[in-house]
Amino acid sequence: MSDGIVYWLQQILNALQLGSIYALIALGYTMVYGILTMINFAHGDVFMIGAFFCFLAATALGLSFAPTLLLTMLGAALLGVVIERLAYKPLRNAPRVSAIITALGVGLFLENFTLALAPYPKHIPPLLENVTWNLGGVSVSSLQVIIIFLSLGLMIVLDYVVHRTPVGMAMRAISWDKTFVPLMGIPVNLIISITFAIGAGLAGAAGTMYALAYPVIDPYMGIMVGWKAFISAVVGGIGNIRGAMIGAFILGGVEIMVAAFFPSTYRDFVAFTLLLLLIVIRPYGILGQPRIQKV
Amino acid sequence: MRKALSLLLFSVLMSLGLTAWSAEKTLNLGVIAELTGDMPAVGASCRNAAEMAVKEINAAGGLQVGKEKMKVKLTVEDNAGKADQSAAAAQKLITQDEVLAIVGPNASRYAIPAAEIAESSETVLITPWSTNPKTTLDTATNQPKKYVFRACFIDPFQGGVLAKFALENLKAKKAAVLYDVASDYNKGIAEVFKANYEKLGGKIVAFETYTTNDKDFSAQLTKIKDAKPDVIFLPNYYSEVPLQVQQAKRLGIDVPFIGSDSWGSNELLTLGGADLNGYYFSTHYAADNAAPAAKKFIEDYEKTYGAKPDDVAALTYDAFGLLFGAIKNAGKADREAIRNALSTLPSYKGVTGDMKFQADSRDPIKSAVILQIKDGKFTYFTNAKP
Repeated sequence: MSDGIVYWLQQILNALQLGSIYALIALGYTMVYGILTMINFAHGDVFMIGAFFCFLAATALGLSFAPTLLLTMLGAALLGVVIERLAYKPLRNAPRVSAIITALGVGLFLENFTLALAPYPKHIPPLLENVTWNLGGVSVSSLQVIIIFLSLGLMIVLDYVVHRTPVGMAMRAISWDKTFVPLMGIPVNLIISITFAIGAGLAGAAGTMYALAYPVIDPYMGIMVGWKAFISAVVGGIGNIRGAMIGAFILGGVEIMVAAFFPSTYRDFVAFTLLLLLIVIRPYGILGQPRIQKV
Repeated sequence: MRKALSLLLFSVLMSLGLTAWSAEKTLNLGVIAELTGDMPAVGASCRNAAEMAVKEINAAGGLQVGKEKMKVKLTVEDNAGKADQSAAAAQKLITQDEVLAIVGPNASRYAIPAAEIAESSETVLITPWSTNPKTTLDTATNQPKKYVFRACFIDPFQGGVLAKFALENLKAKKAAVLYDVASDYNKGIAEVFKANYEKLGGKIVAFETYTTNDKDFSAQLTKIKDAKPDVIFLPNYYSEVPLQVQQAKRLGIDVPFIGSDSWGSNELLTLGGADLNGYYFSTHYAADNAAPAAKKFIEDYEKTYGAKPDDVAALTYDAFGLLFGAIKNAGKADREAIRNALSTLPSYKGVTGDMKFQADSRDPIKSAVILQIKDGKFTYFTNAKP
């Protein structure tokens, strides 16, 4: 292959890797918004805690990749449920602003709690033997393949759960109408807990994969990644699951391509200007539907 | 109620009086260190060495100031790895703790704002590790600041050493640079390296940037790979370099990497592991090839903290050595007198080599070393004189 094609294929692969991690986190934002119309700003920090769970499982317990991933997802899911029960449930009928401030507070708590326990950046040992294949000049690492396919797999499972199972139907029902759904015998609290568990579990999976791809983790790692995942969710149409995935891949792609075309200093500036324009053209995001307020 | 109030007032006055009385007997010195934030290993080394220097002087009965021996009281402030908190910490040490002088912060992006405060408050500040020329220069006039000194060499020197090393020792004709554009230190040395390397006949084929806290460098590294350099210069901090090297290797880049003194933390070895084996960086001193005067410091430090002192620890220790020498020569606990004594201090033999301030500069003239990472250890490779 010619050098130019190799170069672009390589950049596309980079974009897919970045996009799949954003997508896994963006799903958590979008699911919680969909069901509670609340932005869970602590979600980026749940992702960070996921990376630390991965660190603990890999070093203290000495587990290999698959059990580490499962344990991290379970741990993060549990954390998500606990946060919802302790911090958000008491505020479910309070003004949205109170819930958002609480979420920010929970995020700060998680950051500083981790900081108090682990002030030094931690190194994640390589859980998988990394093989780099050279396909006609394009370097493909086994890690990249695992991240992209595992993320896609998890997204397909989630899409199935939400659109094809009773639990998913209940989720969609609650997001449609919170007042009358309990009258139909749907256990609202349980469904909300499940939503948080799934969202946080996916953030845990993202934390594990992120920690493997970028194996130096610190308590502040969730802030910027969290914001970018949130932006992905908004671009895709917040509340819409497929939208969040599309938004994440768009953001990952734009970020990589801007750095590839322009001096990389302009990356965030150009990337966010493009996304801003997209929001101006489609205010509800790519797949979002305007919610009609009934008077 | 009245009685309680007057009692309270009385006790407040008493305690004020007591602190004033005890302040006469001690020398208050301050440290600003990056204890939390993105480079806690740097802050920890700085604090450890500072505490060791002060403990030694107090164990010897204190510092001779004029006719009496005075004990040193150390106040350590955390700047949380933030520029604004560095300035706030300097402000607090100067006004609230009434320190005679400050040592730290270390990273240039924190030392520069703290230096501004020290300069305007007419208090001596010695930064152990900030190599960016701007730290000791007045922003308006580009003349040396009056009260801000450093214990290390500056980047124009270091960048020249590295450019020469890449061309002559590594025989690299084409270099690529990846650096943090949002950080004063990284940006400064990247530009100096580029200028020196091109002046010496080398070609910079890629000059790529990112911003602090980025974790994904794949786009920039792919660009670098496409430019086919012989060597890649990463003038970045110890927590980021391992990520950059690992990602580069995953992209199939197999040219050597070189770094600057920001690599010098032992944490680099913990985080980077075998990926960094064989690479070189310039720094302030080599623990395995130090001057005889440094041996005792290295042994004591290892005994107390269980690790070899890195360059930040050695430079902090030297900053205190300079400061103690200046206070002794000043003969009184007075900020202005200490500043004048420091600028005229005769050549000081420190852990990191001999240093002396020139009349018109706050930057000591001293040499650099190149270390190689070998079997998970920093190993002395060569020396570079100014």
